[in-house]
Amino acid sequence: MDIAIIFDNIGIYLEGLQTTAWLVSLSLLLGLVLAIPLAVLRTAKSYAVQAPIRAYIYFFRGTPLLVQMFIVYYGFGQFEVIKTSFVWPLFREAWFCALFTFTLNTGAYTTEILRGAIEATPHGEIEAAKAAGMSRLLMLRRIVLPSAFRRALPQYSNEIIFMLHGSSLASVITLVDITGAARIINSRFYSPYEAFLTAAVFYMTLTFMIVFLVKQLEKRWFAHLQPQKTS
Amino acid sequence: MKKLLIVIAVLALVLAAGSVQAKDWKKIRVGVEGAYPPFSYVTPEGELAGFDIDIAKALVAAMGKEIELVPQDWDGIIPALLARKYDAIIASMSITEERKKKVAFSNKYYNTPAKFVAAKGAMSEFSHDAIKGKKIGVQRATIHDRYLTDNYGKDVEIKRYATQDEAYLDLVAGRVDMLLADSVAISDGFLKKPEGQDYQFIGPDLNDPRWFGEGTGIAIRKQDKDLVEMFNKAIEQIRADGTYKKIQDKYFDFNVYGD
Repeated sequence: MDIAIIFDNIGIYLEGLQTTAWLVSLSLLLGLVLAIPLAVLRTAKSYAVQAPIRAYIYFFRGTPLLVQMFIVYYGFGQFEVIKTSFVWPLFREAWFCALFTFTLNTGAYTTEILRGAIEATPHGEIEAAKAAGMSRLLMLRRIVLPSAFRRALPQYSNEIIFMLHGSSLASVITLVDITGAARIINSRFYSPYEAFLTAAVFYMTLTFMIVFLVKQLEKRWFAHLQPQKTS
Repeated sequence: MKKLLIVIAVLALVLAAGSVQAKDWKKIRVGVEGAYPPFSYVTPEGELAGFDIDIAKALVAAMGKEIELVPQDWDGIIPALLARKYDAIIASMSITEERKKKVAFSNKYYNTPAKFVAAKGAMSEFSHDAIKGKKIGVQRATIHDRYLTDNYGKDVEIKRYATQDEAYLDLVAGRVDMLLADSVAISDGFLKKPEGQDYQFIGPDLNDPRWFGEGTGIAIRKQDKDLVEMFNKAIEQIRADGTYKKIQDKYFDFNVYGD
């Protein structure tokens, strides 16, 4: 165990931490933005509206993230059509391929989480909204979605953590994230133990931070479920 | 205690018998890998073939001995030599300081340089300044990775891949400007294939022993000093009588022996 290796090269890890942080948070944000309308449409009665969303979810939940990333990164680069089109300057970059894949992947899972939460909306809340004369959109905005978000939060915090861990795959397409940093250190000093243990500590710290933040959010959102303080 | 003594006695006998046998080189058993084309591979007919195999046969023939080829997986190739499953390894093994702690090496029997490869016409000349800021792909944890990191780490963007094939894909896709790898691997694995036709070697042969070792040698147990000498003589002999060149020309269109 030679900790000095890590301290001397902590810069590589910090650079990796930065990459992991922005990649994961941006994918989660974009994925959520994508998932909200999709989840609402997914509960639509029309099969024509549902079908394409189902197909999208089926594909991204039915295949491993690594395979999806290879398809986007190495696969798209094979087609002249893509290589000569205006999107190539983006798909040329490894970071964009990772962001693109991660966003679609987490979007698919989040859609399903939200759909479940929306479908579980208590009937009474909807009836009350209707009785108050709300339009469908207003009802969605004021009643259905806020209540669905609450119910979805515990599940969604899992998705956040899975995404963080899944992001370690970015290192296979040449990005230097936390895992990528560990791989560099390992290959340079032949010390897998120190290199990957350090990466594990970084991931664990991030996970604890996420768990803590979600807990704070839960306290706020579920304030009405907390045991009442008796003074 | 008695049992232990018997075990030790038997072991001593076996070892003594082994060392007596080792002196009598009527037949030389050579460990080979069989999974590293074009140096060593198995033909569709199930025969061992390749540059290493032909060199092994030529060397043992030059000594006037019989040969027995023993295929062995790479990760167990040195332990099996030490366990006397064969007497020498001819399997494209680079002569490195780390391996020298375990086994003795003959002189090199080939030394292929590392080279950069880039698109035809991408660069008119090669120099440190000319490649500044370029994206260069390399297989992770290889001698090439080490060389690039140490010499160009600050001036170029290094992209590291798990396999050489992935690096070729990204060169063709235009995500990297050039690659650094073993020249034979590039030549056989890429340039001679259809997707490699628009690419070419660029820059000088790189073979600084600080990064690339002394070349590829034959590994032999440390106590068999006579066998090391026999192989060194045989290498000189096939180099001199044209056998080496004939084998080389069968697989490569350039000098694999090095300077």
